[in-house]
Amino acid sequence: MKITHQINDKTITISLDGELDASSSVMLDEELSKPEIMLFSKILVDCERLNYISSAGLGVFISHLQRFEDAQIKLIFFNMQEKVKNVFEILGLDLLMTIVSSYDEAMTVANE
Amino acid sequence: MNNSIRISSNKNNLKVVRDFVTDFLHPYGLSAIVLNQIILAVDEITANLIIHANHEDNNKFIKLTIEKLDDTFLFEISDKGRSFNQANYKEPDIKDHIRIGKKGGVGIALVRRIMDKVEFTTDQGTNVCRLYKKVG
Repeated sequence: MKITHQINDKTITISLDGELDASSSVMLDEELSKPEIMLFSKILVDCERLNYISSAGLGVFISHLQRFEDAQIKLIFFNMQEKVKNVFEILGLDLLMTIVSSYDEAMTVANE
Repeated sequence: MNNSIRISSNKNNLKVVRDFVTDFLHPYGLSAIVLNQIILAVDEITANLIIHANHEDNNKFIKLTIEKLDDTFLFEISDKGRSFNQANYKEPDIKDHIRIGKKGGVGIALVRRIMDKVEFTTDQGTNVCRLYKKVG
């Protein structure tokens, strides 16, 4: 799992590259737990190169979602592969999280 | 084709297990979504065994055997660690998990929703989890 990020004013775009399982999700959790993440108003997660997610990866997002919502930070997923999105759907997480198809759409939702 | 693999109880071996399942299922031409679901279910059970049953002890081992029975795949995952008590299992309330910021506890729910049948048995210190998935 490779995690990179790009910052533009109050928006951070986090790109996930690889497989998010019980082993690699620790890295993502560390990234989202950094105090400076709370300085952003929008967190966009680019899932184009995310090839796999298990419950451990989902758990990282589940565990931070309320904290971000309470701080009025928008968490938006985009470019998600169908097979990965399907895993969110099995648990109904697609209805509780914001998943859009493209970066443009993510920016539109972020600026609403 | 080899239908069995034995790994030490280390999270880094989850990738090895996923690759093994991918290779085994490759000839059957499953859709990308179904293939991913099956890999995920096996990964979830194996991760639980590595972390909870065998406490990531490299000296403990987990064995996976795959069989094709007519239109059904059977995944048998066995270990000698602490057995999973199915009686204590409760379906998670995801909204509750979000509210309290809970990290774990949704893996078995995924497995039960993906697989057609999930069995846990223990016999003379060996635990076996059997996952059945009907295809086609």
